[in-house]
Amino acid sequence: MSGATPMLEIRDLHASVEGREILRGIDLVVRAGEVHAIMGPNGSGKSTLAQVLAGHPAYTVTAGSVRYEGQDLLEMDPEERARAGVFLAFQYPVAIRGITNAYFLRSALNAVRKHRGLPELDPLEFMDLLADKLKAIDSDDSLMSRPVNDGFSGGEKKRNEILQMAVLEPKLAVLDETDSGLDIDALRTVAGAVDKLRRPDNATIVVTHYQRILNYITPDHVHVLSGGRIVLSGGKELALELEARGYDWVRAEAAV
Amino acid sequence: MDERVTRPADAVQRYVAQYEAAAANGGRRAPPWVRELRAAAIARFVAAGFPTTRQEEWRFTSVAPLAETPFAPARPGAEPAAREVEPLWLPVASAARLAFVNGRFAPALSSASLPPGVRAVSLSTALADPAPALQGRLSGGTDTPFAALNAALFADGALIHVAAGVDLDAPLQVLFLSAPGAAPSVSHPRTLVVVERGARASVIEGYAGLGGATYWSNAVTDVVVEDGAHLELTRVQREAAGAYHVAATRSRQGRDSVLRFHPVVLGATLARHDVVAVLDGPGAELVLNGLYLLGARQHADHHTVIDHAQPDCQSHEYFNGVLDGASRGVFNGRIVVRPGAQRTDSKQTNHNLVLSEEARADSQPQLEIYADDVKCTHGATLGPLDPKELFYLQSRGLAPAEARALLTYGFGAEILRRMRHAPLREALDALVRGRLASGHVAGPGA
Repeated sequence: MSGATPMLEIRDLHASVEGREILRGIDLVVRAGEVHAIMGPNGSGKSTLAQVLAGHPAYTVTAGSVRYEGQDLLEMDPEERARAGVFLAFQYPVAIRGITNAYFLRSALNAVRKHRGLPELDPLEFMDLLADKLKAIDSDDSLMSRPVNDGFSGGEKKRNEILQMAVLEPKLAVLDETDSGLDIDALRTVAGAVDKLRRPDNATIVVTHYQRILNYITPDHVHVLSGGRIVLSGGKELALELEARGYDWVRAEAAV
Repeated sequence: MDERVTRPADAVQRYVAQYEAAAANGGRRAPPWVRELRAAAIARFVAAGFPTTRQEEWRFTSVAPLAETPFAPARPGAEPAAREVEPLWLPVASAARLAFVNGRFAPALSSASLPPGVRAVSLSTALADPAPALQGRLSGGTDTPFAALNAALFADGALIHVAAGVDLDAPLQVLFLSAPGAAPSVSHPRTLVVVERGARASVIEGYAGLGGATYWSNAVTDVVVEDGAHLELTRVQREAAGAYHVAATRSRQGRDSVLRFHPVVLGATLARHDVVAVLDGPGAELVLNGLYLLGARQHADHHTVIDHAQPDCQSHEYFNGVLDGASRGVFNGRIVVRPGAQRTDSKQTNHNLVLSEEARADSQPQLEIYADDVKCTHGATLGPLDPKELFYLQSRGLAPAEARALLTYGFGAEILRRMRHAPLREALDALVRGRLASGHVAGPGA
C-alpha cells in the first residue's frame, strides 16, 4: 500500500450547506510531492471543497468518499485530520482574543506532537524550533507576541497562516484563496514561503480565482471547478490560458 | 417569617449604634478632623440608607442581604498562622507586606524593607502622629452610602506613601483578611495610596477570607497620583464563598500622571465595586483594566465613572467577564468629559463570555460629553464561544475541550497582558488558570 496509495483520493464527492448542494461529484487524486491548483469562478465550490476537507461542521457530505493516506477522512474530526497532517490555510483567518500567536502555535504543535508520540515542547524549546522555521521561510517573529490575528492586516493574516503551516509541517496543505486581498509584495512573500515548504513527501492544493499566485508556486496539475464539478484538468499552461481567456469558455465547453 | 430579617430602618440604626459605640470607645483619641469626618459620614449614611433596586445605580444588584443580615463588627480575634495566610499573598517579591485581619493591622503577618521616602504603615499608626499629609486625602466616603459607612466605621487601614521622585520597582502589597467567627461580621478596610510628583510605584490590594462563614467586607480605597507620577494598582478580590464584598475606589490624577488600575474579581457571593477615576491634570493617562471570573451563583457589579476634568487626557477602559453557572456580571461604565476637556481620548470595551444558559451579563455604557474636540469610543459584547473560533482551533489540532479552554482563558489573558510588572502578571495568570480549569469557572473557594 505504501508508494502506490495516493495521499488524497476524492471520489464522486457531493456536499451541501443549509440544504443547498454545492459540490456535485468531485473526483481528484493527489500524490505526495504534487501541487494541484483548483481554479474557478466565484460560487463554483472551490472554498466549499477546502472547508469539507478540513471538516467544517456547516457542510454536509451527502455522497462520495475522501480517503487520506488510505484512511476515511470524512470519518475523522477536524482535530484528528489536523493531527494526521491535513492543514487548511483559511481564506478568512479568525482572531483569537488574548492568546498570543506563540502560545497558540505551541498549543497546536504540542497537540500534533502528542498524537505522533513525540514529547511536548516547553516554551524555550518551542522558541528554538520557531526560530528555525521562521528562518526557513524568510520570516521574522514580529507577529509572535501579538494575539492571534487580532488587529492584523490582510497581509499579516495570510502570512500568519503560512507561518502556522511551517511550524505544523502538514503532509497535505490546502490553501484557500491565500492570494486574495494581497498586494504584489505580500503575495510574493506568502507564495515564496509556501514554495520553500514544498517537499517530495508533502502535497499542496492551491485554491484560487487568479493565476498570479501560480507564478510563485508552480502547479503540476490545474483543475477548473464549475458548478460543483471539475470540468477541465490540465498542466500549468491551463492556468495561463484561464488568465488570458477568463472562465466563460470553460463553462461553455462544459455545458456541451 | 424569619425573625432575623431586619427592616431597613432597623438596619441603618444597627450601624448608627456601632458608630456611637466606636466613637465613645477608642474614637475619642482620634484627631478632631477624623472625628468630624466620621460624624459627617454616618449622617450621610443615615440620610441615604441602604440602596434598593428601585435606584438606577443599583437596579441590577440587590443589597437586601446586607440590610437583612445582622452583621456585628468583626472582632480582632486570634491571628491566623502565617502559613495559613501565605497562599493568600501574591507570590511576588514585595517591598512591603501589610496584613490586616478583621480590619485590624496584624504586625506579626507583616514585613517591610523600604527605601527612604516610602512609607507603608497602618492608618492607626499614621493618624497617631500629627502628620498633616492625611488630612484632605482620606475621603469621607461621598460616592456611595457604603463608602460613607466605611468612613464612619473603619477600624484601621493601610497608608502607602511614596515621596516625590522615588522610583520603586518592587510592589507594595496590602492584604485584608477576614477570619470570621460563627456569627456574621463586618469589617471596613481602608487604604490610602499617595504617589507624589514624579514617583513610580506598584501597589497590590488583596482581599481574602478564611473559612466558610458569612462576612461582609466593606472597603474604600483613595488613590492620589500627583503630577508626573506613575502607579500600577492591582486589586485582587478573592473573598471566601460566603462573603459579601462592597468597595469604592476613588482616584485623582495630576498633570502627565499615569495610573494603571487592574481590578480582578474571583471571589465572594455578592460583589459590588464603584470606581471613580478623576483625570484632574492635563496630559494624565488612565488604564482601567478589569476582569471578573464568576461561577456558581456569584454576582459581581462594576460601576465605573471616568471623569475627564482636564484637556489632553487619555483613558482606556477594558473590562472582560467570564460567566458560568448561574452567575451574573454587571458592568456600567460612565465617561464624563467636562467642558474644556478638549482633545480627550477615551476608549471603553466590555467583553463578556457567557458559558452557561443560566449565566447572565449586563453591560451599559454611558457617555456624557460636554466638550467638542474629543475622541470617545465604546463597545460591548456578550455571548457564548464563537463556533468559527472553535473550528479554527480544531483545524490546528486542538480537541474541542482544549479549544474551549484556550478561548476561555483568552478572555482573562487579554486583561492580564496589560499588567506591566512581569512577576505580578505571572502570579495572576496562575490564579486565572486555576479558576478557569477545563474551560469552566469554578465557584469561589474551590
